[in-house]
Amino acid sequence: MAARNRFPAGLELPPHKALALQHGIQPAPEPARAFVAMDQGSGHAATPAIAVGERVRIGTRIARATHANGTPVSSPVAGTVVSIEEHETASPAGRGLCIVVDNDGSGVVDPACEPLCWESMPPYEVLARIQDAGIAGLGGAAFPAAAKLGAGRAHEVTHLVLNGAECEPWICCDEALMRERAADVLLGARVMLHASGASHCTIAVEDDKPEAIAALRAAATDPRMQITAIGTVYPAGAERQLLHAVTGMEIPHREHPPTVGLLCQNVGTAAAVARLVTTGEPAIRRIVTVTGSGVGRPANLDARIGTPLAELAVACGGYQRDPRRLIAGGTMTGRALETDEVPLTLAVMCVVAATAADLAVRGAEMPCIRCGDCARVCPAGLLPQQLHRALLAGDEPLLERHGLVDCIECGCCDYVCPSRIPLTARFQRARAASSLRHEERLRAAHLRARFERHERRMAEAAEAERRAFEDARRRARSERGG
Amino acid sequence: MNAPGVLQATGVIAAIAAMLGAALGWAAGRLRPNADPLVERIDALLPQTQCGQCRYPGCRPYALAIARGEADIDRCPPGGDATVRALAALLGRDPRPVDAAFGKPKPPQVAFIDEERCIGCALCLPACPVDAIVGAPRYVHTVIESQCTGCELCLPPCPVDCIELRALPVVTAPHAAAAMAPA
Repeated sequence: MAARNRFPAGLELPPHKALALQHGIQPAPEPARAFVAMDQGSGHAATPAIAVGERVRIGTRIARATHANGTPVSSPVAGTVVSIEEHETASPAGRGLCIVVDNDGSGVVDPACEPLCWESMPPYEVLARIQDAGIAGLGGAAFPAAAKLGAGRAHEVTHLVLNGAECEPWICCDEALMRERAADVLLGARVMLHASGASHCTIAVEDDKPEAIAALRAAATDPRMQITAIGTVYPAGAERQLLHAVTGMEIPHREHPPTVGLLCQNVGTAAAVARLVTTGEPAIRRIVTVTGSGVGRPANLDARIGTPLAELAVACGGYQRDPRRLIAGGTMTGRALETDEVPLTLAVMCVVAATAADLAVRGAEMPCIRCGDCARVCPAGLLPQQLHRALLAGDEPLLERHGLVDCIECGCCDYVCPSRIPLTARFQRARAASSLRHEERLRAAHLRARFERHERRMAEAAEAERRAFEDARRRARSERGG
Repeated sequence: MNAPGVLQATGVIAAIAAMLGAALGWAAGRLRPNADPLVERIDALLPQTQCGQCRYPGCRPYALAIARGEADIDRCPPGGDATVRALAALLGRDPRPVDAAFGKPKPPQVAFIDEERCIGCALCLPACPVDAIVGAPRYVHTVIESQCTGCELCLPPCPVDCIELRALPVVTAPHAAAAMAPA
C-alpha cells in the first residue's frame, strides 16, 4: 500500500529532522512584548479593533477580519496595547501592520475563552467559532480553516484528509505534534468532520515517521479515522500531490479540492481546533521548529504568536557557528529574512539558522541545455524548461497553455537544474503577475456585465418615459378634440 | 473539340456556381456571428472602468470606434500604456504613450460619499455606469466599494459635492501563490 501511495516525481532529499526532534516539544517563554502581525500569513491583513493604551487578556480579540480569506486576531499575552505600527514581518510584503502588546506577566485569560460543547452545536456555529478564534492553516498558507471547512460543507464533501506529510527538509513541527499530541489531532479531526459534513477522515503521514504513525494509531478510537502511510518524497505534503497520493484523484485545473469531494487540512490546524473546543483558546500559539547548525539546541517550541524570532533563537541556546542566513519556513520554499526582529506568525512553521555548511553555494546561471531533468522531477507534471522559454519570450498565452498556474513553487526544478537557473523564483514572480492579470480580467468581465445591464435598464427607462409622454399627449389631444 | 460540349460544361459549372452562391448568400444572412469579433477582442483589452475619458460613453463604444477606425488607440488613461501596447499588438500598430489630452493615468481609486452631507437627491445613481451606488430619493446614498471603478462620473451631477475619490491600496504580490506551496 505504502509503495503505491506516492506520485511519480519529486525528489528524495536529506531530511535534517532528527536534530530538532531529539528533545520533544518545549514551551517557549512568553515574550515580554508581543508584536502581533495583522497579516498572519494569508495575505489578507485584519483590521485592528482596539486602541493604544487598552488592556487586553490572553485570547482577547484585538483585530477583526475584513476579507473573506482573512482571520480575526487575538492577543497572545495579557497586558497593555502600547502601539499599532508598521513592523518587519515574515510575509512576502516585508513590512506589515502589527499590534504591539506589553506583557504584564499576569497570564490572565479572557473570560470569553470557554470550552465548546461542539457535539451539540450545529455545524455552522462550530464554523463561526473556528473563524472567530482566528484558526488558520498551520501548514504555511494560513488560509482560514473555517472558510475551507465551509467550502467543503457547501460542496458536500465526503472525505477529509489531514496532512501530516511534512515533506520539506528541516521542518518537523507536525511530526513532534503527532508524536506527542496525537489525541489532539484526532479530536480536531472529529470536530472538523462534524463541521464540514465529511463522513470519514484519512490522516496521511510519510512513512519515514513511524513514531508519529504509531502514536496516531494508538490514539485512534473512532472508526471513521484511518491513518495512512504515504511514500516519503518531496513534495508529498503539497495539497494536490497529497490528495493524489491518498485518493488517486486529481484536482482539476483552477479548481479546489471540494469540487471533487475532498477537503485537506493540516494536522496542526486540527490540533488548534481541538484546543479551541477543549479550552476555548483561540489561535495564539503554534509549534515552530527552530533548527539549523546555527542554533545551539535545535528544538520544536510551543510558542506564542508575536514572539520575535530572536527570542525563539535564544530559547534554543542562541546562535552559534556564525549563521549565514535565517530562513522562515523550510529550505525549499522558505523565505530568507533580513532580520530576526520578525514576530512569529501562524504561517511560520520553521526557522532555520543556516551556517555555511547548510547552504549549497549556487554558481552562476548558465543557459538551459534542455536536458529535461526539471520535467522529470516536476510534481505538478509541468514542463519547466518550456515554461522558462515562454517566460523569457514574455509569451503570456503560451505560459497559460503550459499551466503556469499549476506550478506549486516547490523548487524541485531548481534543485536539479544543472545550469543553476533560478526557475522557481522566476515562476513565482510570473505567477504573481499572471494571477493579478487573471483577477483583472475576471473583474473586467464582471464590470462589463454590470455596465451592459445598466445601459439596458437606462434605455428601457428612457423608452418607458417616451411612451408615457406620447400617451399623455395623445390623451390631451383627444380631450381637446372631443 | 465540339461546341455543344463546351456549352454544356459551361452551363453545368454556371449552375453549380449559382447554387453555391445562393447557399453562401443565405448562410451569410442566417449564420452571421452575433457581434463583430474584432470589437469583442478590442473590448476585452479595455479596463471596463466605463469612465468615458476617451470621450465615448463606455468601453464598448470606444472599442467600436477603434474597430471602425474612428478613434486612435491612445485614448484610455485608466488602461495606461499596457492597454495601448496590447491594442497595438492586436491591431498591428505601433505602440505609443497615452495621449495626455484624455487624462493622466491615476492610481486605483474608489468613490466615497460623505453621508453627513449627502441630501439623498439620487442624481448620482443613474450617472454610475456600473450601478455601484445604492440609495433612494431622500435617503442617504453609499458606494459599494467593491463594484466602484473610480470613474468619477458621479462627481458632476452631485449638487452638494459630497463625493470624493479615495486611493485604493495597490496590490502588488497576491498571496495566492503561497496558498499552494507545499508544507
